Amino acid sequence: MKGMIFDLKHYAIHDGPGIRATVFFKGCPLHCLWCHNPEGISPEKELMLMPNRCARCGDCVRACKYGALAQKEDGEVVVDRSRCTLCGDCEQVCQREAISLVGREMSIEDILAEVEKDRIFFDQSGGGVTLTGGEPLFQPELAEALIDRLRQVGIHVALDTSGFAPEETFLWIAQKSDLVLFDLKVMDDEQHKKFVGVSNRLILKNLRALDKTGKPIWIRFPLIPGVNDGLENLKAMADFLLELKSVKMLNVLPYHKGGMEKVRRLDQGDQFEIFEPPSQAIIDSAINYFTDRGLIAKQGG
Amino acid sequence: MNERIKKLRESSIEAKPSVSSERARIVTEAYRHPEVERASIPLQRAQVFKDLMQKKAIFIEDGELIVGERGPAHKASPTYPEVCCHSLEDLEILNSRPKTSYAVDEETLQLYHDEVIPFWRGRSMRDRLLAAMTPEWEDAYEAGIFTEFMEQRTPGHTVLGDKIYKKGLLDIKKDIEESLARLDFYNDPEALDKQQELEAMSIAADGLMIYASRYAELARSLAAEEKSPQRKKELEKIAAVCEWVPTHAPRDFWEALQYYWFVHVGVTTEYNTWDSFNPGRLDQNLYPFYKKGLEEETLTRDRAKELLEAFWVKFNNQPAPPKVGVTAEESGTYTDFALINVGGLKPDGSDGANELSYLILDVIEEMRLLQPSSMVQVSAKNPDSLLLRALKIVKTGFGQPSIFNTDAIVQELMRQGKTVEDARQGGSSGCVEAGAFGHEAYILTGYFNMPKVLEITLNNGIDPRTGKKIGLETGDPRKFGSFEELISALEQQMKHFIDIKIRGNNVVEKLYATYLPAPFLSLFIDDCVAKGKDYHNGGARYNTRYIQGVGLGTITDMLTSLKYNVFDQKTVTMDEMLQALSQNFKGYERLRDRLINKTPKFGNDDDYADQQARRVFDLYFNLIDDRPTVCGGKYRINLLPTTVHVYFGKVTGATPDGRLASEPVSEGISPVQGMDRKGPTAVIKSEGKLDHIKTGGTLLNQKFTPQLLADDEGLEKLKDLIRSYFRLMGHHIQFNVVTAETLRDAQKHPEKYRDLIVRVAGYSDYFVDCAKELQDEIIRRTEHESF
Repeated sequence: MKGMIFDLKHYAIHDGPGIRATVFFKGCPLHCLWCHNPEGISPEKELMLMPNRCARCGDCVRACKYGALAQKEDGEVVVDRSRCTLCGDCEQVCQREAISLVGREMSIEDILAEVEKDRIFFDQSGGGVTLTGGEPLFQPELAEALIDRLRQVGIHVALDTSGFAPEETFLWIAQKSDLVLFDLKVMDDEQHKKFVGVSNRLILKNLRALDKTGKPIWIRFPLIPGVNDGLENLKAMADFLLELKSVKMLNVLPYHKGGMEKVRRLDQGDQFEIFEPPSQAIIDSAINYFTDRGLIAKQGG
Repeated sequence: MNERIKKLRESSIEAKPSVSSERARIVTEAYRHPEVERASIPLQRAQVFKDLMQKKAIFIEDGELIVGERGPAHKASPTYPEVCCHSLEDLEILNSRPKTSYAVDEETLQLYHDEVIPFWRGRSMRDRLLAAMTPEWEDAYEAGIFTEFMEQRTPGHTVLGDKIYKKGLLDIKKDIEESLARLDFYNDPEALDKQQELEAMSIAADGLMIYASRYAELARSLAAEEKSPQRKKELEKIAAVCEWVPTHAPRDFWEALQYYWFVHVGVTTEYNTWDSFNPGRLDQNLYPFYKKGLEEETLTRDRAKELLEAFWVKFNNQPAPPKVGVTAEESGTYTDFALINVGGLKPDGSDGANELSYLILDVIEEMRLLQPSSMVQVSAKNPDSLLLRALKIVKTGFGQPSIFNTDAIVQELMRQGKTVEDARQGGSSGCVEAGAFGHEAYILTGYFNMPKVLEITLNNGIDPRTGKKIGLETGDPRKFGSFEELISALEQQMKHFIDIKIRGNNVVEKLYATYLPAPFLSLFIDDCVAKGKDYHNGGARYNTRYIQGVGLGTITDMLTSLKYNVFDQKTVTMDEMLQALSQNFKGYERLRDRLINKTPKFGNDDDYADQQARRVFDLYFNLIDDRPTVCGGKYRINLLPTTVHVYFGKVTGATPDGRLASEPVSEGISPVQGMDRKGPTAVIKSEGKLDHIKTGGTLLNQKFTPQLLADDEGLEKLKDLIRSYFRLMGHHIQFNVVTAETLRDAQKHPEKYRDLIVRVAGYSDYFVDCAKELQDEIIRRTEHESF
């Protein structure tokens, strides 16, 4: 079995316990306006340009058989995505990794071979592998098979998910992992639809159902000023979480502009919005609020 | 830090390095004395030492607790004309060069002109040594194939064990008497030499006792005039301490520190030994005095800390003796490499970390001085708390302490033939060099430019920089049918230059053993007294000489690139590659991009490249390890650069890994700058594939931004990263916590910083891949870090 993976990172130290390797699944049913991995949204391969690496030599333009690439007057390469067939010829000829296809087909064994390299660090630190994305549950067969295989060889698995998946699939796969990192963005459903593109009813329902199974959960809350930092949202979130038994921790993840450059590289500027990163005061006040309410909250994850 | 220490620290930091002519004057006068002229060489050296200790200026600064200094003022560095006689031009360069300068006054220039140069020119060790080298040696030296450590400084490179904490100089003199009594003048052909040497040691011991008694007297007279009752009491205590040590074994914490410091001043006055001198396992050696003091209530924790801090300042007052020429390039720093060891094991193999280890770490953190350097030894038996405490200092970004793997060091030393107890009492000194403290002479003889040897192999024996043939004709590489042919040519070329280096080393070793014995240093390193042999003549229990390999990352990437692009993928011919190199890639920019971006590189946990690192390592090891030295020691390898990778880069042309001519080669065993792109776990995996146990030290440098280490969790994970490296039997790792300035440079020159990881927010990323505005944000944040 093969799946579409868009990155595999080593020494991930903010995605679950210990030193971890993160496997980024390509494809996500949500469309958060602040997304910091926009290349994880489409389930297909995508062409990504890195102008800061480009030598403006024009090799890629000459190599393209479909006339999808052109150079502006100053030499900058532009892509006509309607003509691009994702054949990868440009990536092959580019000597600077300035144009590349995001997303590659990987088998379970390919992924395993890559993460196995870090076994000694997992052992030493109590770490393991985190499935993230995109949305791992958007490729449920791959996610399930990978979790099974990792657990079979004794590697700790964390599933980082938005919770937006059919309940049965969600519960089945989430329960196979050792830990679930569950993203919670906005409590008000209208707001959720506006910023994330879907209703949060299924998400909250899944979270409640997962909680009942006793599987340890870390909540991940991306803090975005003007979107979800208001007291109303914080209160609704705390009220909801205090009813749950299996939530071990709440990680407050301050918004940053890391996604914007990638958005540019994918020519998707019109699909996302730029927000301001929260000040430390906003972050602290959110954490203090949750702590006062009796939740274990901390900055970063 | 209390007011006293603050003052002493500031006075040390503010002092400007200068050259003092005092020592040159006393030494030159001493050599002219008829009695000295007639004496045997060891006795000459002992008499010169005694004269120095009798005549050199002494002073006690207000507030000082530990007394004695190498020069007549803070950072006034003596010169050693019998080792290296500076010319007037050298002195002018020292005075005016922009980096690591030393002020030289008129009086010094005059003395050099009138007395020192006329007497020593042609007689100094440097003159003798350079005159004794073969033309092949000179060619290789000028080409930058290797450096010669002993052309301006004496061997040294050793660390004190626990001897002085158990024996006063009177006890050691008694040992000398016993050795003299045991001499067999009927059957031992060396008995007469031993007699001279032992008598010299005894005179040298007298020299230090005279020096200490001068300090006792000075302290008494200052006390008599002192108005402040508190300072008066202190000066009386200083006098009492100096009356007791080094004559007798120390009885308390203060005496122990003062004794060591007198020995340090003695060793660094006798010669300009490499790596100055070093108290080594300070927490182990001082702990009994610390414990006793606390138990008997004669010492408090605060007092111990204050004494340690007063001791720290003394190291900082002694910059490295002035170096010129290639030696200044290979070691361009004021630091003189005294490296305090904390943690590690006890001789019985149990956990050595104690309360004092943590107190010393507090001192390191508070003092933040260039000298002494510091390191933490971490064994699997040491608690995580020791390592975590050290990392809290590391993250403040002043490069100390560095982290060492005790379990690797012990194995390295045992492989070389040390007993397990001697190995456990050892550690690392200088940069990363493993040694059996108190028992070993482990002499670094020079750096060896591995990439340059491959460059010469690719040019069939010719140095392309000069067009001169200095190597073997190992064949035109265009005609090599396989990668293996290239390797075999490299091996022959490597052997050729290592043989030249070793032949030169043998001359140097013999010259030092003959003309410049070190009777004072020999008092403290076992078994010089028992054997009646000098430190420079195989007197130590273990004698080891190193040739330090440099540029492992660069030569690995060179070989990997040739194998991948020329032999395996055949995307470029050897001819085209050599053309591109000869043009410094001008007109071959696309090729260079491919060599940099689309060719496997060392440091990414990629066996294709890492295998070449192992091959180079084995080749270098097999050509050097276990070869005999002149005075009964063995040759070994280690892999470290100090600052020589910059000089070696300057003399090396463009290389097949895409490196441009004159750019630095890689440092230590670290991957080529910016070529480790898969993060620290991949680096550690690649480095773990090397067999560190076969070395006497390897140096790995990693860059981190403060954000990665901001919280306890970040530190915890860094701790696990280090523990993992040590499970792979890595020898050493150090962390360069980058500053906002570095990040700005990375913005301007992203190609140099492709390995730089920054913590963005809840995740980490390569800095150069972050958006400009994000980079700016991170720079601002880094600037505002309150470390």
